[in-house]
Amino acid sequence: MKNSADSAVLPSSKISPQRLQELEAGFLQAEQQDPSSPYYRGSNPVESPHGMPKRRRFMLGAMAVLGGAGAHRAAPAASPGSIERTVPPDATKVQGVGVAVDDGGYGRRSQFETEVRTRYATKTTESSWSFTPLQNSMGIITPSGLHYERHHGGIATIDPSSHHLYVHGMVKQAKKFSMADLKRYPMLSRLMFMECSGNGLTEWAKPTLKTVQGTHGLTSTSEWVGVPLSTILDEVGLRPGAKWLLAEGGDAAVMTRSIPIEKAMKDCLLAYGQNGEAIRPEQGYPLRLFVPGYEGNMSIKWLRRLEISDQPFMTREETSKYTDLMPDGTALQFSFLMEAKSVITYPSGEMLLQKPGFYEISGLAWSGRGAIKRVEVSVDGGKNWRDATLHGPVLPICHTRFTLPWEWDGKEAILQSRCTDETGYVQPTIKKLVDERGLSSVYHLNGIQSWKVAASGEVSNVHHY
Amino acid sequence: MYITTNKALIAAALALACSGGAAAQTASSSPSTPAAEAHPKYGFGTNITDDDLKQFVSPLPDGRGLPSGSGTVMQGQKVYTQQCLACHGVNLEGGIGDRLVGGRGSLAKSSQGGAPVKTVESYWPYATTLFDYIKRAMPFTTPNSMSNDDVYAVTAYILSKANIIPDDATLNQQSLPKVVMPNHDGFKPANR
Repeated sequence: MKNSADSAVLPSSKISPQRLQELEAGFLQAEQQDPSSPYYRGSNPVESPHGMPKRRRFMLGAMAVLGGAGAHRAAPAASPGSIERTVPPDATKVQGVGVAVDDGGYGRRSQFETEVRTRYATKTTESSWSFTPLQNSMGIITPSGLHYERHHGGIATIDPSSHHLYVHGMVKQAKKFSMADLKRYPMLSRLMFMECSGNGLTEWAKPTLKTVQGTHGLTSTSEWVGVPLSTILDEVGLRPGAKWLLAEGGDAAVMTRSIPIEKAMKDCLLAYGQNGEAIRPEQGYPLRLFVPGYEGNMSIKWLRRLEISDQPFMTREETSKYTDLMPDGTALQFSFLMEAKSVITYPSGEMLLQKPGFYEISGLAWSGRGAIKRVEVSVDGGKNWRDATLHGPVLPICHTRFTLPWEWDGKEAILQSRCTDETGYVQPTIKKLVDERGLSSVYHLNGIQSWKVAASGEVSNVHHY
Repeated sequence: MYITTNKALIAAALALACSGGAAAQTASSSPSTPAAEAHPKYGFGTNITDDDLKQFVSPLPDGRGLPSGSGTVMQGQKVYTQQCLACHGVNLEGGIGDRLVGGRGSLAKSSQGGAPVKTVESYWPYATTLFDYIKRAMPFTTPNSMSNDDVYAVTAYILSKANIIPDDATLNQQSLPKVVMPNHDGFKPANR
């Protein structure tokens, strides 16, 4: 790449790439000493008297915040989402924890599991985002508590018993719906990914963040449950000439986006369920719009209003923010679709392969256009490609897990994955995207990711064409 | 199977029987909603009137939906000082909040290689968007707290500091949508 790193523009925060890298380095330093981390370096693990590696006690704040300067306690505590329990020398010789004794009836993950979302260092925590730890991901579903976040005015706290969805504008009968009303309608459930159009925004000009969490962590998959938007639009009755729909959130940003009516009627969902329970507050509790395959910010959270119109509202988010500036100074608007993309999550940046031998390369692929048809993997920087195995279910607009067995010979290797979706669209190189769009645009980077495996076994983020 | 209503199950079964083909679950390109025909009306929800909607503001670029009220540049300067300056700077140069003015001519990639400066002045295509966003989301610490008059006024102040409207301008329902922004023609649909 000959592009100057200085020409990369990181939005919202104006934070320097160097600062982000420092923060990520701090995160990695802690991870490298944690035997349960994929970044564990294996250096001088402290053996406990009973032969188990002594787990580093979770330091709140030290890991959880990519850029949260000093605002957190540093006291040892249970890892988030777990209960710290005493580990007996032999679990077969003592009774375990009784049913509902210490969890209040809501189960937690193991205290030994420490992966968390990391926050991007924007100037405020309220207008910010956090990354899903893809390096730890298994299968295709993202645990609700690890689903990536992007908020523009913090996480709204809303009592569902007083929440309403107003639907009006170019309709035959304007209505409002309580949550109880909405739940009476026939439901629809789908496993679908959501991706922020800013996923990878630091990676256009040169490799910047080191881990797959930083480079690709703004995508997640959940089972989403709700009412088809078309059901509600049919209920109010669209008037002739209705072409756009404003979706408005009930958060402090009163976040708004205009959605084409055609898309609204095709497959949008008014979602109140996620992975078998109510959607999480960070995901818009009690109600969010879900716009399948389109950039995540359109899936308005804390949804309170839909206004039907004959033209787009040209809100701040669809004019000044989520638009793609081209080299000639014009900008592409309404670049809704999240195009096909894949990434190897293991091995990935900052992991260490301890010695040559067998490794199963594993990763995720997804496309806003439909189902993934094929994923190819190269271990020599794109000279040769082999078809990876796709693990079912392979669903449209959903993360798809792929694997490929690999015998590492101990020599330098460049790992890449390239996916093809059911429309025949093939994931491009980063170079192709830069050639087409330049470096003024920060959104919609879906290029092929390269991980370099050094002869030492160290894996790092590189650009390789 | 993702479709769980009886009606939809029957429809899906019929579709399978008729086409021998794609059901909703697996690799069909479009996970479209179950029934292609119009849904029945269920009658849930409560009818609302214009009174119920007075609490909402969402103007279109042509001015439809703008509330009544008005404000001058001079009034806007006072509002800006009280409500905006702390984050957006004494000269609207930005701080915790975005830079608001300047940057005209910086959007195209130049041989000097300077980064584009995207501001209200250089980038925003519609003046109604400024009113809309300030009304709904500003100021950051006390959002949705300003009167329509104050929002018209501070919109006028920002647009005047951006050299888009004169210092003696008054903005209201009629005049705001007539403001032509410098980058009005700078956007085209991405078609993806």
